[in-house]
Amino acid sequence: MRLDYPTNIKIIRVPCTGKVDVMHLLRAIQKGADGVYAVGCLEGNCHYNEGNLRARERVDHVRILLEEIGLEADRVRMYNLSSGEGPTFAAYAKEMTDNIRELGPNPLKKWAKTH
Amino acid sequence: MKSGSNLEKVLRAGHFAFTGELGPPRGTTAEEIVEKCEHLKGMVDAVNITDNQTAVVRMASWAACLILIQEGLEPNFQMVCRDRNRLAMQADILGAYTHGVRNMLCLTGDHCMFGDHPDAMGVFDIDSIQLINMVKTMRDEGKFQTGADIEDPPKIFIGAAANPFAEPYEWRVHRLDKKIEAGVDFIQTQCIYNMDRFRKWIEQANDMGLTEKVYILAGVTPMKNVGMARYMQKKVPGIEVPEDLIDRLKGVGKKQVAEEGIKIACEQVEEFKEMKGVHGVHMMAIEWEHKVPQIAEQAKVLPRPQID
Amino acid sequence: MIVAERKPFEEIKEMLKGYKKVLSVGCGTCVAVCLTGGEKEVAVLNAELDMARKLEEDPIELGAATIERQCDREYLEVLDEMVKPYEALLSMACGAGIQFLAERYPDKPVLPAVDTTFIGVNQDVGWYEERCRSCSACVLAWTGGICPVTMCAKGLYNGPCGGTDQGKCEISQDQPCAWFEIYGRLAGQDRLDLIKRFYAIVPWKNQKPRTLIQPGYKKPEQAK
Ligand code: SF4
Ligand code: SF4
Repeated sequence: MRLDYPTNIKIIRVPCTGKVDVMHLLRAIQKGADGVYAVGCLEGNCHYNEGNLRARERVDHVRILLEEIGLEADRVRMYNLSSGEGPTFAAYAKEMTDNIRELGPNPLKKWAKTH
Repeated sequence: MKSGSNLEKVLRAGHFAFTGELGPPRGTTAEEIVEKCEHLKGMVDAVNITDNQTAVVRMASWAACLILIQEGLEPNFQMVCRDRNRLAMQADILGAYTHGVRNMLCLTGDHCMFGDHPDAMGVFDIDSIQLINMVKTMRDEGKFQTGADIEDPPKIFIGAAANPFAEPYEWRVHRLDKKIEAGVDFIQTQCIYNMDRFRKWIEQANDMGLTEKVYILAGVTPMKNVGMARYMQKKVPGIEVPEDLIDRLKGVGKKQVAEEGIKIACEQVEEFKEMKGVHGVHMMAIEWEHKVPQIAEQAKVLPRPQID
Repeated sequence: MIVAERKPFEEIKEMLKGYKKVLSVGCGTCVAVCLTGGEKEVAVLNAELDMARKLEEDPIELGAATIERQCDREYLEVLDEMVKPYEALLSMACGAGIQFLAERYPDKPVLPAVDTTFIGVNQDVGWYEERCRSCSACVLAWTGGICPVTMCAKGLYNGPCGGTDQGKCEISQDQPCAWFEIYGRLAGQDRLDLIKRFYAIVPWKNQKPRTLIQPGYKKPEQAK
């Protein structure tokens, strides 16, 4: 199945969202990404029991950190879906892109380029 | 005679003691104290002066005690462990005694977080039982806490509180016993509403022979209205208000609730007079000093004994 | 272990105002275990500071170094060369470690990034509770292994006070009354006699800085 989802999204695969660390999310923003979101399995369906729950806690933590720094918390989000839900994946991708469009570009981008 | 205070004389002579309570002002208005004194004169054997009660700053307890002495009343100087270390405590005891204070009530004190300076450091250098022992050592051995001699030691009649309603219940008499071991002369209890529990406690104290070693004054606070009763029931830790007491207050017309509260208190006093091991009543008519003459009259504790 | 809590970001940012080149120094022992000042927390804080300062158009250059223990000379040594180019050091160790760092580099401002909070236990990942105030005269033998100095809100040696409310401390329904628990544990062990006696006034031993020299050891200056 081929699905159309916004091409400006770079996908990084991890075995489980439980692998996603605060620093991964923070680094992405630090390096100039306009937004990052983690897509995990449905809550209660984690193969490793609570990987996706931990991921949500970390996402929530990063959202707090962003506000401390002076950036919008909504640049980082977490979505859940079950494997094989291609259309939902595409819908979330679009939702996130729209959300970021509304927030505008990451003001740190210019620093990322000069370094 | 340990101190020669009026309260001590009354208790020693075997009379049923009757003490009152007064909270110092949140300011420097001496008249406020003088006015409250007017209501209490001739009605009570001694008046407790609270010490930054509920951790709210008020005029120093010892200072208000001096006003009472000027007014011809006998103060019972309350001291909490929350606000002073052992140096300040001993200094205040010397000072208060020098000015004529003869009774003290040694208390732990409510935690600072309940008061108007919730972020203050709670001192608790020593606890209330250790304070009892420190005052006793000053009086009986004429020594400061570290052993140095005191010139003309302060002769204080030493009091403490007891709460028969705090858990674990079985422990409460043992705590009383510890206070006796530390050297307490008299006890004023927490406000009593649950008479059943109190009867059990005093019975246990009788059985252990404690009521022969210490004078027990039962704490009574008349209920002014149903709201106060509910508040005491729900919000004040260590106070038990049985539901049937609230029902009784609710059962009378709105205008009669205060009278009913006083009536209940007086019935309690009547029972305490007959109760083995109880040597008096401590009447805490909080911000109700003007009602004390009526309560004393109705409870038939007048006239107060005069002993030289 | 010693438990610390990271200071609010705003406070750290304010401390670093005016500095352009700062070394953040983590500690790999207690504060790493309580997830406050180890290598990872240094990285997060540096990333935060980096972004915040860029947003303010006032970038800062941040270095990171996490050593085994900041309260130990042996481990500090590795920093001697590293600290040289930095204007200031931001320490994420406990108060003891921060001071030892400051002592070693007396010409550098050393700033605390954490608030040292207590000596406590690990109840679960990320959940710590205070247990000891290091009073220098442990009474756990007769209090059923529950510390009255730390766990009783008034530090009473002859508890419980009259405020105990159905096993809870008067300060909060979430705080168990230490003395209620001491009573319960000793009752269960049939050792209530231990607290029936009156416990006399305590000679405080924690009112001046304390030093411990184990038998057979000397202070370095004495050893010379
Ligand atoms: S009594 Fe409490 S504060 Fe003192 S050493 Fe023991 S556990 Fe620590
Ligand atoms: S209620 Fe218990 S823990 Fe709280 S201050 Fe009183 S004795 Fe201590």
